[in-house]
Amino acid sequence: MRGYTERTKKLREMSVTTDPRISIERAVIFTEAYQKYEGSVDTSVLRALAFKEYMERKTLVINDGELIVGEKGVDMQCAPTFPELCCHTLEDMDVMNARELISFKVTEEDKKIQAEKIIPYWENRSIRHKIMNSVSQQWKDCYAAGMFTEFMEQRGPGHTGAGGGIYKKGFSDYKRDIEKRLSEIDFINDQDAYDKKAELEAMSIACDAIITLGHRYAEYAEELAAKETDEAKKADLLLIAENCHVVPEFAPKTFHQALQMYWFVHIGVTSEVNPWDAFTPGRLDQHLCPFYEKDVAEGRLDYDKARELMECFWIKFNNQPAPPKVGITLKESGTYTDFCNINTGGITEDGRDGVNPVSYIILDTMDEMKLLQPSSNVQISRKTPPEFLLRACEISRKGWGQPAFYNTEAILQELLNAGKSIADARCGSSTGCVETGCLGKENYALTGYFNIPKVLEITLNNGFDNYTGKQIGLKTGNPEDFKSYEELYDAFIKQMHYFIDVKISGNNIIEKIFAKYMPVPFLSVIMDDCIAKAKDYNCGGARYNTYYIQGVGIGTITDSLSAIKYNVYDKKNFTMGELLTALKSNFEGCDRLHHLVADKTPKYGNDDEYADSVMKSVFDEYCGYITGRPTIKGGQYRIDMLPTTCHVYFGEVMGASANGRYAQKPVSEGISPEKGADVNGPTAVIKSCAKMDHLKTGGTLLNQKFTPAVLKGDDGLNNLASLIRTYFAMDGHHIQFNVIDRQTLLDAQAHPEEYKDLIVRVAGYSDHFRNLSKALQDEIINRTEQSFA
Amino acid sequence: MERLLITNIQRFSTKDGPGIRTSVFFKGCPLKCMWCHNPETQSPFSELMYSRENCVLCGRCVYSCPNGAVSMAGDTIVTDREKCTMCGECTDVCYYNAREIAGKAYSPSEVFAVIDRDRAFYSESGGGATFSGGECMMYPDFLEEVMRLCKAQKIHAAIDTSGFAPWEAFQKVLPYTDLVLYDIKAFDTKKHEDLTGAGNELIWENLFKLSEEDVEIYLRLPLIEGCNADEDEVSAIAEKCAGLKISQVNLLPYHDMGKYKYDKLGRQYGGAQMAAPNEEKLENLKKIFEAHGFAKVKIGG
Repeated sequence: MRGYTERTKKLREMSVTTDPRISIERAVIFTEAYQKYEGSVDTSVLRALAFKEYMERKTLVINDGELIVGEKGVDMQCAPTFPELCCHTLEDMDVMNARELISFKVTEEDKKIQAEKIIPYWENRSIRHKIMNSVSQQWKDCYAAGMFTEFMEQRGPGHTGAGGGIYKKGFSDYKRDIEKRLSEIDFINDQDAYDKKAELEAMSIACDAIITLGHRYAEYAEELAAKETDEAKKADLLLIAENCHVVPEFAPKTFHQALQMYWFVHIGVTSEVNPWDAFTPGRLDQHLCPFYEKDVAEGRLDYDKARELMECFWIKFNNQPAPPKVGITLKESGTYTDFCNINTGGITEDGRDGVNPVSYIILDTMDEMKLLQPSSNVQISRKTPPEFLLRACEISRKGWGQPAFYNTEAILQELLNAGKSIADARCGSSTGCVETGCLGKENYALTGYFNIPKVLEITLNNGFDNYTGKQIGLKTGNPEDFKSYEELYDAFIKQMHYFIDVKISGNNIIEKIFAKYMPVPFLSVIMDDCIAKAKDYNCGGARYNTYYIQGVGIGTITDSLSAIKYNVYDKKNFTMGELLTALKSNFEGCDRLHHLVADKTPKYGNDDEYADSVMKSVFDEYCGYITGRPTIKGGQYRIDMLPTTCHVYFGEVMGASANGRYAQKPVSEGISPEKGADVNGPTAVIKSCAKMDHLKTGGTLLNQKFTPAVLKGDDGLNNLASLIRTYFAMDGHHIQFNVIDRQTLLDAQAHPEEYKDLIVRVAGYSDHFRNLSKALQDEIINRTEQSFA
Repeated sequence: MERLLITNIQRFSTKDGPGIRTSVFFKGCPLKCMWCHNPETQSPFSELMYSRENCVLCGRCVYSCPNGAVSMAGDTIVTDREKCTMCGECTDVCYYNAREIAGKAYSPSEVFAVIDRDRAFYSESGGGATFSGGECMMYPDFLEEVMRLCKAQKIHAAIDTSGFAPWEAFQKVLPYTDLVLYDIKAFDTKKHEDLTGAGNELIWENLFKLSEEDVEIYLRLPLIEGCNADEDEVSAIAEKCAGLKISQVNLLPYHDMGKYKYDKLGRQYGGAQMAAPNEEKLENLKKIFEAHGFAKVKIGG
């Protein structure tokens, strides 16, 4: 059993051996609150009142031995549902219960409640329903074809993290700020005065709600303490009570209270809507360090005690599986992971090295706990001391993908390029998988993955999609008539622009639907500048608003275009007609052609200018066409290059590709090369990847897999650190490592029962190997294993 | 300068000297070590390699050969290496990567261009270029030229050598050499001849001379159980080297990862009976060197 102390060993064991199930309680309370208040109050107030009822009525849980309290559902591993976003059908629930992977237990009682209470109220009111009723036919066709996905289709806009405010202010302080702001509303000249008033009132109610939850926990802990006969346990419960009398109502005073403060906020944010991922304490080491130092100086705390608290905190994240997903959303993100990603290291707000004693406690905790959640990463800046990098490398070398490495200078520059102030940019981080944003100040929602290789497939079929049997693209001409690569490329770009426009046309509708129907007053309280603007987070209240569209398959598209350019136009090894025939037949009987495109064509990931210049031009087009476009909330569009599990889904909706990829096989992930395409080792991969202008993006994702032998010993560790430093000197944004040999993975696939603990890096997050689909397992096994002498 | 055959230029090479390196494998070697794991580097001429594993027996190579050197024999393809002229026709028509020619000609500047690609990694990791083989010291003029280019760009340069080369060859490259990885395969010359096909007088002589030069030396001992891994043998070597200016000793346990290449070359593997010393023994051998005053002794590259 893993754990620094007996307490955390037990807690961790409970967390990892409990099966996820759904918790219908939230759906019931929210539905009843909606029934009670809908129509009588403004939507923001309605949402706040529903949230308050939930905080007043929800079941309290204090798990045996824990020191940080609060669960999202009625128990650990219980995921609440959010019918106002996505109202599950009974069939959805059966599927959730029965599916082999990422299943959730659903009881007959749950289903009965769903049928009688939840579905009748929500089936025509849910956001999912509203979206599908509002978007265009073109959008629906593209969505069905797997040209892009839609993050908000059954989840709320998420992807942000808390800043440092909540460690300095309690919610009674926030309430005072809100009341002051209310008193300043200009009802004579301000056209939006009514909306502002409603939103501020809603925020104030949300503050009351979370304060109530804190008080309820304090009283509950006291109740349990009164009954407790074990003196040590009684003391723990009284300490919990003491903490909950302070936070979240008042600012935390101790390290322990600071952790509990964040945890209440986390429960609040992730219960208010399902912000799908990524809500995170962000720069946790920096937020906690003052508390740690003060407590240590005053004799209240030492490393051991802080470490135990940190482990208790870690386990709380792991107790919360991401709410159940269905359909395409499950395919794009097939995991229990809720993508909380904690940033450690980096730099401080005034630009100094950010590594502090708590940073090491976090690394030690992550190493010991080896849990999926929270996902943790280290930010490495030029100022990061070598020993911190080496300690992180040492953990990473163990092979389960954490911590991932992020480049502080790249994050900083990316944020500055997006128009952020230097102080805000320094508080920035990479959260979720790799997405850049200003913690506590920005709404930086991911809106969907975009299938770049499929654009070429559609182009080669003159706009027709074989997967859905529909004309979904433009008629850019019969590819056999293209006289040059440039003509083909122009057609490809026209199609890409078209599909991006379709995606954005849908985003514009969805963004408005959320602004109108799904305000999040609680999250708005803690996000700068929602109170000052008297505007909700989902209406543009945050200081910065960014919409990301994540490009997927840069390796596959590069190699496919390179294969056509090289073989059809430059070398004339075969004709476009021959290629189309080969693609149609999935290369059946086309061994020569397959050999030429698979083995004899310049490919991305080899530090080869021919291929890498194709990558650059596709990237520049994709990035250029999206970046800087305005969003409805007054923010701007930007891009990320990351896939979660979407590269597998995007492969499923495609036939064979011109680079030799067979039909239905996954496309390349992140900015990593196509599987097996990189044959010159990791330095060549890194150089190819660095030719992309990372600083124009909001994050890129590079996976590298090594056999354990390569990274053995001090030399191996130093070489790993050097690879990271060199990549970052070239402005690379992120790199992560899997260090498990192929044999182990094959064995784990054959005998999942013997490898229950095996965790691998998927794409910006780690997951249990046994919880991955067969296709994704194969994909990870086949990722080029860098094992050079 | 004429071009030379290189079997591989390996980027991210981490076992042939410090840091992240690029290793250049020259083709041709005066020794024939029984355990050689790069048999394709022994002959100075290009060679055909055939992988039965990849072959689907389509027979296209048989028909393509202008010299009638390739034939199908049962469930494999046989190449008459006497008749084969290395024209490469059969490799061009093989769609399954079953046939390739080992050895590609490079000029010194072409080799340097590949080395230069990873310069950023060398400076960060304290790495550089390693010239290996085969025996790189068979080609001192070529080597001098490439190493001069490295030196001009301040790229750390190492030679990985058996030491079996005229001293003049060393003299030529030493001005550009930062590090010599120097193999010692046996203490006495008779055993050396049995294992590698040549005596080692010249090798010892060169090592002692090198020790007087302004260059760093790593001593490398490939260790094969039953051949050269007993304590007496290693003690004798350690004792002999004790006064020399050697900054690191690498004990390299035998591995059979090159075995499959013999099949590809249509040759018999001489090391079939060989084994690596066990870990306990390696630790003991390491202690022997340490007892002789070597501060840095590593198991592995």
